[in-house]
Amino acid sequence: MGVNLSYAGRAYPPTQPYAVGREHLHDFALAVGAHHPAHHDADAARALGHPDVIASPTFAVVIAQRAEAQLISDPEAGIDFSRVVHAEERFTHHRPIHAGDELVTVLHVDSITERSGLAMVTTRCEITADDGKVATVVSTLAVRGEDA
Amino acid sequence: MSRPSIADLTIGQSVAQRTITVGRADLVRYAGASKDFNPIHWNDRFAREVGLPGVIAHGMFTMGQAVNVVSDWAGDPGAILEYGVRFTRPVPVPDPGHATVEVDAVLAAVDTEAGTARVDLTVAVDGARVLGKAQVLVALG
Repeated sequence: MGVNLSYAGRAYPPTQPYAVGREHLHDFALAVGAHHPAHHDADAARALGHPDVIASPTFAVVIAQRAEAQLISDPEAGIDFSRVVHAEERFTHHRPIHAGDELVTVLHVDSITERSGLAMVTTRCEITADDGKVATVVSTLAVRGEDA
Repeated sequence: MSRPSIADLTIGQSVAQRTITVGRADLVRYAGASKDFNPIHWNDRFAREVGLPGVIAHGMFTMGQAVNVVSDWAGDPGAILEYGVRFTRPVPVPDPGHATVEVDAVLAAVDTEAGTARVDLTVAVDGARVLGKAQVLVALG
């Protein structure tokens, strides 16, 4: 079974809120070698004008991938994860994510195209908090067909 | 940390260069922190079964590491407004041993009206680019 092209254009209901914690921001930043004090020390972050420690620039992928699971783990979508390669990723930060944020994500399937056995699936996660838009995460997966 | 001033910037100037060494333990740490437990990033047997040479780094690990030079240059990681890449080539991580990723950041454009700069990253392993169109839009002080 190939990727279900009819999923293009779909939007999912908002996710349950994701509670952003200091320790997780600290651990994620260490895991990508981001040693800037704004990720690790609340006073250093406040000195830069942030309310608390802030996320490193790619942290939003954790929140986005949780939302994308609604599509990827749906058997009807036909996305065989063992045939998936990550093709593109783009973050737009409307403001930095900080500890204490409660973030809600709406997943959009922007496009699904198929050419010579390779399906390209582009999703967009719109991440918001009480004060409005926080981040937009656009991700493209390449899914090899079974004979490719 | 001081923030770069827009008046002092020259298109084409070097922003930073950095060498990153990546071992299996780094991938395990990233898997835990990101909750991306895809076995191609920690299990050689599984990676080979799906046609890879062995364990490869998470693309998001490399993307996350590569932008640090820009956060440090900007003086505030919160100044990064946009960051996008294409994953053009996998980064195999041997065991024993490590992969060596070279990051070279260059100032590509400045928008004085918007107060932003675009920094382009060249990210390569053994001279071959592993990220394509790696561009970072930064708000300047």
